[in-house]
Amino acid sequence: MHAIDVHDLVKSFGDKTVVDHVSMTVDTGEIVGFLGPNGSGKTTTIRLMCGLLTADEGHGQVLGYDLITEQLKIKREVGYMTQRFSFYEDLTIAENLAFVARLYQLRPAKEHVDRTLEDLGLTTRRNQLAGTLSGGWKQRLALAACIMHKPRLLLLDEPTAGVDPKARRDFWDEIHRLAADGLTVLVSTHYMDEAERCHRISYISYGKMLAGGTVAEVVRDAGLTTFVIEGPDLDRLAREIERLPGVEQVAPFGATLHVVGSDGQALGTTLEEIGRRPGVTVAHGETSLEDVFIQFMGDATDNMS
Amino acid sequence: MKQRFFSLGRLAALLLKEFIQMRRDRITFGMMLGVPLMQLVLFGYAINSDPKYLPAALVTTSQDHYTRAMVSALELTDYYRFNHVVGSAAEAEALMASGAVAFIVTIPADFSRKVDRGEKAQILIEADATDPSVASGAISTLGTVANQALTRERGITPAEAEAEGGLDVVVHRRYNPEGLSQYNIVPGLLGVILQMTMVMMTSIALTRERERGTMENLLAMPASPLEIMLGKILPYFVIGAVQVAVVLTTAGLLFGIPFVGDMSLLLFAVFIFVMALVLLGYTISTIAKTQMQAMQLTFFFFLPSILLSGFMFPFRGMPQWAQWLGEIFPLTHFLRVIRAVMLKGADLPAVAFETGILALFILIYAAIALMRFRRTLD
Repeated sequence: MHAIDVHDLVKSFGDKTVVDHVSMTVDTGEIVGFLGPNGSGKTTTIRLMCGLLTADEGHGQVLGYDLITEQLKIKREVGYMTQRFSFYEDLTIAENLAFVARLYQLRPAKEHVDRTLEDLGLTTRRNQLAGTLSGGWKQRLALAACIMHKPRLLLLDEPTAGVDPKARRDFWDEIHRLAADGLTVLVSTHYMDEAERCHRISYISYGKMLAGGTVAEVVRDAGLTTFVIEGPDLDRLAREIERLPGVEQVAPFGATLHVVGSDGQALGTTLEEIGRRPGVTVAHGETSLEDVFIQFMGDATDNMS
Repeated sequence: MKQRFFSLGRLAALLLKEFIQMRRDRITFGMMLGVPLMQLVLFGYAINSDPKYLPAALVTTSQDHYTRAMVSALELTDYYRFNHVVGSAAEAEALMASGAVAFIVTIPADFSRKVDRGEKAQILIEADATDPSVASGAISTLGTVANQALTRERGITPAEAEAEGGLDVVVHRRYNPEGLSQYNIVPGLLGVILQMTMVMMTSIALTRERERGTMENLLAMPASPLEIMLGKILPYFVIGAVQVAVVLTTAGLLFGIPFVGDMSLLLFAVFIFVMALVLLGYTISTIAKTQMQAMQLTFFFFLPSILLSGFMFPFRGMPQWAQWLGEIFPLTHFLRVIRAVMLKGADLPAVAFETGILALFILIYAAIALMRFRRTLD
């Protein structure tokens, strides 16, 4: 069974279509990364799936429940972690957890709270106000609160924004542990390294699903050719190359330039000439996920204006 | 560039930003124009501290020409409007207790006989003095008017009437013999205080969740709209109960307000009233987008409800349109109930109608709130 199996979801606010015929299937136990530029409809899509928003069009099932008619049942078995910390800052850590435990009717609530606090390593700080926690700890608390009721599907909306690398690493280790136990995870992110830790990724831009698959598949399907240039005065060279045929992206990476294009032949011909210049070396490089995304963003038409 | 202490350009930037924000916030902008206009209209047209055409009951057993002359003379003062003619004092008493009439004029059975014989005749005028200002104008003109009317009717000169000793007008200020305005204000204050705190506290119930971003989380969890609504309003019931206890105790201890009615009936009415108030506040919080807007909407509601409910100014002194407007506020109906129960000792049948209207507000507000509340963020 698919944990998420939705088709042609449409959601508009006013005359702006934020989600435009989005379809998505996620298997049980999978970690799927949800990527796309700011304002592309990631948050709205996630809210549609956890019953926070009702789709204007489209149909599908989440955890086997109908997306439109069984929102309440979906809510009970989904854990949703919002982009912004949305627990009560004027309640203590333990009070927040107890509130959640009681809303999900977990009995006995105290036992669930104590166990969660122990797992978090926050037992000694249980009476601290949640608002006084650092960003990383808030995120851990939010995750713990979201999975306390043992959901079958976890929806995470940019969970690691503003969190330090160590906390991010720990967070992802935890996600993988949970997925190994059969939890399905859909996580939106802007970080490429996080995308690469997902089993599969989906790329959405301006409400439309543009690509999906494993990272390798997405990179392969994009059909991009990448060259790496080394040499003197790269800044001037970059400005020059930008306008040449076949060149679609030029990005400096340390002492090298990454040049990317979808027409490999034209790009090769152009750079062959550049490579003849003294001191300049041109070599084939590996196309990264980031290159693919930049390419997608450049291609997509902006519907914000 | 030299950093000056004051720059017109920087000031202009701040002013411009402020005006743009003011324009964006429609409710605030509306309040800035709406509140002065509303105050002007209400104070200017609706408020009248010398009410006229007050409903009165006539208690009489005969319909002789002296009685008719007396009634028409009283009506000509514009203060009295006799819309009830009853045969017994008990009937009139019930009318006054329920608030249906402000005066009872009793013309004794032997009135015309005494007048014809030239004896000193008596009429009894009982005024509902729970609001002393209502009765004062009507009472002050009374003696002269009644004497003149009687003199004219008998066809004698004022001097002759004077010699006979004239008419004896006995005035009773019911429920508040000393005409203390505290009797009117203090029970009313209970309504105003409850309205102020209950509506204000609950009006930010949902907007606070929305502003702090916790609403999204709350909605993602399995709580039903009814559960959220009750969870938001019930705590204020406790606060309301404490306030009621404080105000009623203070009313007795500090101001010596008599409590002649049934306490359980009063508490029942307070319960209905508070329920209506917290639901009203909750309804406001489903409409307002920010806590600031919720506060403004609350004040926008307070102002006319205090002015038009009969708390500050006599309800019957207002023109008809203002009275109709006043009927849409729960406070108006609560004031009638609490004054009737506390000061007049009214029983349940006497206040059943007004209490019923308060209950109707509960249904209306709850329906609006539950309809407006979205289980989703749409």
